[in-house]
Amino acid sequence: MATASISVSETPLVLYLLRRADDALILGHRLSEWCGHAPALEEDMALANMGLDLLGQARELYSYAAKVEGKGNDEDKFAYLRDVRQYRNLLLLEQPNGDFARTMLRQFFYSAFADLYWRAMMKSGDATLAAIAAKSEKESAYHLRHSSEWVVRLGDGTEESHRRAQTAIDDLWALTGEMFEADDSERSLIASGIAVDPATLRSRWLAMISDVVGEATLALPKSDWMQQGGRSGRHSEHLGHLLSELQSMQRTFPGATW
Amino acid sequence: MATPNIPLWEVFIRSRNGLAHKHVGSLHATDATLALQAARDIYTRRGEGLSIWVVPSNAITASDPAEKGMMFEPAESKIYRHPTFYDVPDEVGHM
Repeated sequence: MATASISVSETPLVLYLLRRADDALILGHRLSEWCGHAPALEEDMALANMGLDLLGQARELYSYAAKVEGKGNDEDKFAYLRDVRQYRNLLLLEQPNGDFARTMLRQFFYSAFADLYWRAMMKSGDATLAAIAAKSEKESAYHLRHSSEWVVRLGDGTEESHRRAQTAIDDLWALTGEMFEADDSERSLIASGIAVDPATLRSRWLAMISDVVGEATLALPKSDWMQQGGRSGRHSEHLGHLLSELQSMQRTFPGATW
Repeated sequence: MATPNIPLWEVFIRSRNGLAHKHVGSLHATDATLALQAARDIYTRRGEGLSIWVVPSNAITASDPAEKGMMFEPAESKIYRHPTFYDVPDEVGHM
């Protein structure tokens, strides 16, 4: 790595924006890895479209974070010049694509949350965040629709697709709890009406995914032990590999443009 | 990228209110719901439409290209069917 990482002044709002931007960038990048490899051309396009929606969300959130921080950083620096420990995304979203079922279950768990989250954030006291939420909510609603249809078809499909979908649920389940966590930094924003308390979304999220999982003849694990760490930069081993690919050009040729 | 045994669908998009749905292409999907989503993802990425129809390709009855002489040539010699043999008064405006 030829270029040093930037430092970021993580005030509560900057940190909050980076966490959501990182969620969108990392999941969007994972979806982009399917480009040219999906099971069918139609789904190749669908996955790329969702990835591009998320990339668009990431760009708006990074740009706003840069403006709030006011230290000369920008969307590219946040994306390309932060080290793995500076990334604040959910552990769920950095998980490798695995098979198609795993990709869809990851998308389903997150989109069900994101749809509720952005809808609630449309009432944020921060006008920029409210505007980003209004745009993102429509995108997330479609991601949820699309991934739900696939979860039903995979779960209630063949013996093999059912097995793969259930395995994905079992493997990813412990990573879903992090979506509903808020630390002290976020509590100050929740108190001032800028952020929503994600814990208040959990019962509706659970009801939504339970309906789809039930229709898919799949089952949610009984375990309620949940892994945390992504929000504070303690990631799985997968994120470093993802970033080395995502950042390789800017690290090797600093400031390169096209 | 093979799509064995997955049904083919024809896609029609209406670009604006008041216009007709126009055929834009086809795609493979296992059922109507996924066909509609795939049509959205493939054919409306650049804001092309406000409404989508998907129709199973095997529901379409097509004319036989080998019969095009019988089917279409008789119309070619009947230029009087085109409304070009009278002047439209200016007051009528755009038709």
